[in-house]
Amino acid sequence: MLRTRLPTLPPGARSRAALGLTAAAALGRFELQQCADCGAVQYPPREACHRCLSVRLPWKKQSGEGELLTQTVLHHSNDLFFRERLPWRLGLVRLDCGPTVVAHLHESVKKRVSVRAMLDRAGQAVLAAAPEKEAVNMAEDRQLREFTCDPKFRKVLVTDGKTAVGQALIRSFIEAKADLIWVGHAEPWKKFPGFDEIAKLPQVTLLPLDVTDSKSVREVAAEIGGKVDILVNNAEFHRAFGIANRAGVETARSEMDVNYFGLLRLAQEFAPVMRARGADGQSSAVAWVNLLSIYALANFPAHGTFSASKAAAHSLAQCLRAEMRPAGVRVINAFPGPIDDEWNQLTPPPKLAPDALAKSVLRALQDGIEDLYPGDVAQEWLERWRDNPKALERELSA
Amino acid sequence: MTRRGYEGVVVAVPVTVPYARYSIRSAHWWLARSLSALLKESGLKKADIDGFTISSFTLQPDTAIGLTQHLGIAPRWLDHIPLGGASGVVALRRAARAVQAGDASVVACLGGDTNHVDSFRLTLANFSQFARDAVYPYGAGGPNASFAFLTEHYMRASGATREDFGKLCVAQRANALKFPHALFKKPLSMQEYLAARPIAEPLHLFDCVMPCAGAEGFLVLSEEKAKALKIPYARILGTIERHNAFSEDPIQLRGGWVLDRDELYAQAGAGPAEMDFAQVYDDYPVISMMQLEDLGFCAKNEGPAFVRKHGFTHDGSFPLNTSGGQLSVGQAGAAGGFLGLVEAIRQLTGAAGGRQVKDAQLGLASGFGMINFDRGLCSAAAILST
Repeated sequence: MLRTRLPTLPPGARSRAALGLTAAAALGRFELQQCADCGAVQYPPREACHRCLSVRLPWKKQSGEGELLTQTVLHHSNDLFFRERLPWRLGLVRLDCGPTVVAHLHESVKKRVSVRAMLDRAGQAVLAAAPEKEAVNMAEDRQLREFTCDPKFRKVLVTDGKTAVGQALIRSFIEAKADLIWVGHAEPWKKFPGFDEIAKLPQVTLLPLDVTDSKSVREVAAEIGGKVDILVNNAEFHRAFGIANRAGVETARSEMDVNYFGLLRLAQEFAPVMRARGADGQSSAVAWVNLLSIYALANFPAHGTFSASKAAAHSLAQCLRAEMRPAGVRVINAFPGPIDDEWNQLTPPPKLAPDALAKSVLRALQDGIEDLYPGDVAQEWLERWRDNPKALERELSA
Repeated sequence: MTRRGYEGVVVAVPVTVPYARYSIRSAHWWLARSLSALLKESGLKKADIDGFTISSFTLQPDTAIGLTQHLGIAPRWLDHIPLGGASGVVALRRAARAVQAGDASVVACLGGDTNHVDSFRLTLANFSQFARDAVYPYGAGGPNASFAFLTEHYMRASGATREDFGKLCVAQRANALKFPHALFKKPLSMQEYLAARPIAEPLHLFDCVMPCAGAEGFLVLSEEKAKALKIPYARILGTIERHNAFSEDPIQLRGGWVLDRDELYAQAGAGPAEMDFAQVYDDYPVISMMQLEDLGFCAKNEGPAFVRKHGFTHDGSFPLNTSGGQLSVGQAGAAGGFLGLVEAIRQLTGAAGGRQVKDAQLGLASGFGMINFDRGLCSAAAILST
């Protein structure tokens, strides 16, 4: 076939109640509604408890363990996405916590299973059953691979190879058997630690790329845009201080130019062609990863202008996500706490090691996670923010 | 308190608007044809009919009320019954009570749907909130996938084989060849049944009902009035309905008939062995077998033995789905919930032509409907007599 197959999506309509499953799956969690009054766990999601009619139905983590009751293999589907992927195996699983669920099945599933929620190509949560108590590679399963963005056999662009995070990302993609990695580097005349070693890796191809320069971004996109399966934008400009400690707007402008406009420039040049390749064979365009910051959720005044630029980038990333969804290309946002690098030198520990951040990004790609909050600081801020955003604002200003 | 019987109320004028695989008309057209046929067969005028029930999946954005203006009728009693395969029996029992209480004198019960080339897919995608949230995104197999689950599980529990299901399908096709409105006109052999392509394992092509356009209808009125009009009729001896029964079963092992069948037979004053025929809901053969068990024709999981013992053509030892059932006539949406009941009325009024069951005095029609999530929620049954 000469024409690149156009992206199709699995059915994406959901009730508002059902989006609770999507909210948890975006974080890699399996949660179901559990009645706050009588404790009943229920599925499909409802507006009231099927047992006691309570409307207090918080989403609670569930183990997902259960028993496969029956299964079928579809040889016919009413939907284009599945029609292109037949035969398709699915089953009915009775969860130990109560409900019976319909689930996509991993090929090696037998009687006991472990059900998890994953985001499908439409960006909505679906349930998938894998063998219980067995580490399985979702990305190597013909069906469940559709719900992951594994870098194996794929071509990756890392927009900045000069930072410790960039280099850790490159190494983790090589370990994950990425086909090749383009590595961007602005200011090629400057020397950075570790960069020469990265340049020598056989999978790596260096490309001059300055995300503050529209022409540079356009040229790189013209050269490799039609081949990038996973784009990781880790280019970042980070200075400490808030408003009162510095005169003028130059530093803040530089932060915005890299952290916000850099993302916008990349999105304008790379997103259209990645969208067109959302179903381009086994190694289609699958994901766009943004290195944001936990400070994008709530301003950290000690790094106040940086926080603002990350908040702007977060908002733009939501726009990008909406625009990439019709093509099934996932936008993954990483919200790390302070990274253990030179710009956080004066930040007390715990700080996130670049390697740990790179591994979290890889896991998010492999497990189909959309929002990741790697490290203890990010996890704690997230919990505080979800619990009470105003309280966190006061705590951070203390 | 014991339920009242249906003395003095009868059901008459079974009509079928000839089905079509696809139609460019809307559901309104099909329901209008059905009402026309009822008037023509009964000799009544539109204004003589003062009660209506309407069942249809594809009537949206309209419901029964919209249809009153569309068809120019002014009923004093109106019901919209969106219960899929249970609609016919439920319409019968509601209409019968309305006539009995004097709220209406003649009720027309209509079920019908259109089928555009793409309307079945759209019906599936928006069938219910649970289907949209928790079934359709999983392969979009529609009822084929749901019944594949039930069939695979039932086969393991009961020892049913593909040949057992095939025997029902082959017999129904033989019946359909004697029903002029059936869409399937060619005989079906067991060999062809077994060799059909897989659709959703263990279901193959001839296990799956074919969606189409069509409509059915009947009248419910007083016996006195039927006599005055000189139209043949059947009596209503007993009816039941039940919804969302046995929700604690991990998978559908039985339908709600199990809860209510004793009452059904007690009300009718006759047991399953006395039925001269049965018309069961049959979009997939597994559900026919489950009804034979759950309505007491045989014990649980003895469906396969029952099937092996009997013949199911109109002249067989157990006449079943004598017009061919949905599997050989076609499934015209909600009309599928009327087809068996309409055929039962024909059999009891001597109007079944070449497929007439000899000396049919007493028959059962049952309905099953609405796979909302993982199982059918509605069950219903009625026993009629000459």
